[in-house]
Amino acid sequence: MLDGTTRAADEVVAVMPPALVECTVEKVAVNAVMAGCRPEYLPVVLAALEAVCTDEFNMHGILATTMGVGPVLVVNGPVASRIGMNSGVNVLGQGNRANATIGRAVQLVVRNVGGGAPGGIDRATHGSMAKLGFCFAEDEAGSPWTTLSEDRGFNRSQDVVTAFCGEAPRVLVDQKSRSADSLVRALAEGLRASVSPRVVMGMDGMLVLSPEHMSRFRDAGWDRNRFMAELAGHLTVEADDVLAGAGGIEEGLPEGFAGMTLPKFRPGGLLVVHAGGSAGLFSAIVGGWVNGPMGSEPTSREITP
Amino acid sequence: MGERPDGQRADEQGDHAVSQSTVVLDPTAGTTLSDRARSPRPTSLVGVTVGLLDISKPRGDVFLDRVAERLGEQGATVLRYAKPTFTKPAPVDLRHEIATQCAAVIEALAD
Repeated sequence: MLDGTTRAADEVVAVMPPALVECTVEKVAVNAVMAGCRPEYLPVVLAALEAVCTDEFNMHGILATTMGVGPVLVVNGPVASRIGMNSGVNVLGQGNRANATIGRAVQLVVRNVGGGAPGGIDRATHGSMAKLGFCFAEDEAGSPWTTLSEDRGFNRSQDVVTAFCGEAPRVLVDQKSRSADSLVRALAEGLRASVSPRVVMGMDGMLVLSPEHMSRFRDAGWDRNRFMAELAGHLTVEADDVLAGAGGIEEGLPEGFAGMTLPKFRPGGLLVVHAGGSAGLFSAIVGGWVNGPMGSEPTSREITP
Repeated sequence: MGERPDGQRADEQGDHAVSQSTVVLDPTAGTTLSDRARSPRPTSLVGVTVGLLDISKPRGDVFLDRVAERLGEQGATVLRYAKPTFTKPAPVDLRHEIATQCAAVIEALAD
């Protein structure tokens, strides 16, 4: 396994929460073997751990929260195809060794080295599949848009892993929209319920846009910026509908928001990735967790040999 | 049981034909827990300083306001503290502040 990286076995990769112990490349390698990784996956695992073990990503809080969230890992760059990652058919499902084991290795390191075992520091009410290991690659070749990593300031030639604190994905169905305008409205409507219709701006989200849904925007000549602007225009919440007490529901926004129209997500709080099989008029939503300095920031790291 | 290179079956000699020693690597940090003695428990609340730590989740203050009221009635001095955010461990400085100023602490977890 250690042949997969040029880094020394005794090099410290990160200080591992929750026990805050120094974690070496060798310890990561041991857990990567247990997860079923091939050696060439190791640099991705190492970069992912560097991303999650930061104050801004806040792995400790993600582990300890009762909410069922975990590190969702998106891989961009040539490394994805080089190590055989899946960005196509069944991208968020089973059947690809790299996708399945990289996320699993990260989880095992947090559990074994950091001491974050379920029932101990991990207090999730239900947990979710995102906590077993959630890792996939963006379909860059099939996308007319800039990639997630480019959107986050990297070059297309760079190998990058982005960690997002999220739950398991859910399907967003729209099989009838034939225009970009119709589909963007449908996506906005679905995203409005991410986590809860009554959570506004406080939690981020991720949209995994399928190739067939992407084709609507490709045909209309929309680039990423146009799509994000159009989406933001529709993805608003009338605060009066979701105030605490509105509709007989005690959960909701404080009275001080009365009368306002608010964006569902904070600026930059929705990550959009292109992935999935070539057939199927579905996209996927991954709900987030408490965002920003109070919770978790999406965090990217370059993958180096 | 498989065939050994020498043609004998492994079970004939009661072993498993392992000719090299097996090295088992530890996937954990290898750290061990250490025991520390608890601070003495207060026998009375009269004149005792009790810290109330709000982790900053909704309605924690409602719970702690009532606890403060009850502690005051029993003669305790109450000091209030709050974590900057419930999603992260209490900062070291805050933990130190509570440890040096209080004989006991009550934490309001959530909701």
